[in-house]
Amino acid sequence: MSEEKDSVISNATLDNARKLVDSIEGGDLDGARSIMDDIASLREMDLFCEMGKLTRELHDSLNNFKLDTKMSGLAENEIPDAKERLNHVIAMTEEAADKTLTAVETALPLSDDIKACSLELQERWSQFKDRKLSADEFRELSNDIDDFFPKISSGTVSLNALLNEILMAQGFQDLTGQIIRRVINLVHDVEEGLVDLIKMSGNQVVEKKQDDKEKGALDTTAEGPVVPGVAHTSETLDGQDDVDDLLSSLGF
Amino acid sequence: MKILVVDDFSTMRRIIKNLLRDLGFNNTQEADDGKTALPMLQANDFDFLVTDWNMPGMTGIELLKAVRADEKLKSMPVLMVTAEQKRDQIVEAAQAGVNGYIVKPFTAVTLKEKIDKIFERIESA
Repeated sequence: MSEEKDSVISNATLDNARKLVDSIEGGDLDGARSIMDDIASLREMDLFCEMGKLTRELHDSLNNFKLDTKMSGLAENEIPDAKERLNHVIAMTEEAADKTLTAVETALPLSDDIKACSLELQERWSQFKDRKLSADEFRELSNDIDDFFPKISSGTVSLNALLNEILMAQGFQDLTGQIIRRVINLVHDVEEGLVDLIKMSGNQVVEKKQDDKEKGALDTTAEGPVVPGVAHTSETLDGQDDVDDLLSSLGF
Repeated sequence: MKILVVDDFSTMRRIIKNLLRDLGFNNTQEADDGKTALPMLQANDFDFLVTDWNMPGMTGIELLKAVRADEKLKSMPVLMVTAEQKRDQIVEAAQAGVNGYIVKPFTAVTLKEKIDKIFERIESA
């Protein structure tokens, strides 16, 4: 392509040179001058093409430089990492909740059992104090009380262990908090990168506020929990009481 | 009383199931979104539906509308338990025929209150 162009240019130059020699030898000075102008304009055209090419390359490489160092790093490594980190947060919180729920499910029957036994013994003990128990019944009560003491101690040992498990499971808060903080920093970096991009493309960005939401239509897209400090796109209610108020105003 | 609990987070299903058990409802089953829940509702004789809103596949509000559109299921009481608390969403849920609406995080007391209220209203109707 460029060889072809080069040969076109050199052929044209050769033609012009011959014509120039002819004109000068023939004493046609005006003709010679106009041929020299043609040669000069040919050269200028070439120069402009090259300059245009260089300018575009410079512009591209400037853009690429900024994008390469910041955005490509973010896109290639940080964003996939962040997705992993957030998935990890889900896994950790789920594990902690599961651990806690399992401990509670194991502990409740233990405490229910101790409660039931103690109520039953209490009942019989007050019967004894009211002198309503026979000697045999009292012997039986005495045996049951003997059995009850080890039950309490082993039960409370188990309960303590389960409570400790619940306590330990809460460690997820610290760990997930750190992970989430890193992701927040990443989001901040991406935001900065995007702002740089917008600045680079400069005038082309037309400020446009999207406000084409139909008036009267309900905005019912799910947005998840209300996070303090994060703006929601439409009116949110402040907890169960507000929800109840709204529902009762709707006839509930 | 047979209850279906629908939530995409298994921990929340466990919490709700445990709370329901505490209230004396032992017969509960689980589904992780509306798509799984709807055939279960159609194939079984559930008496009560507890559902989240924001779930992949089929959301809770879509499930509610599908239940109300189903000849066999349309009178089933539906309680929504969700973190969604935009005004418009609650209006939409009410218009779609929800029987109760609880926002997360919630307490055992709130759950009991809303369930009691739902059945009070059904019995008096």
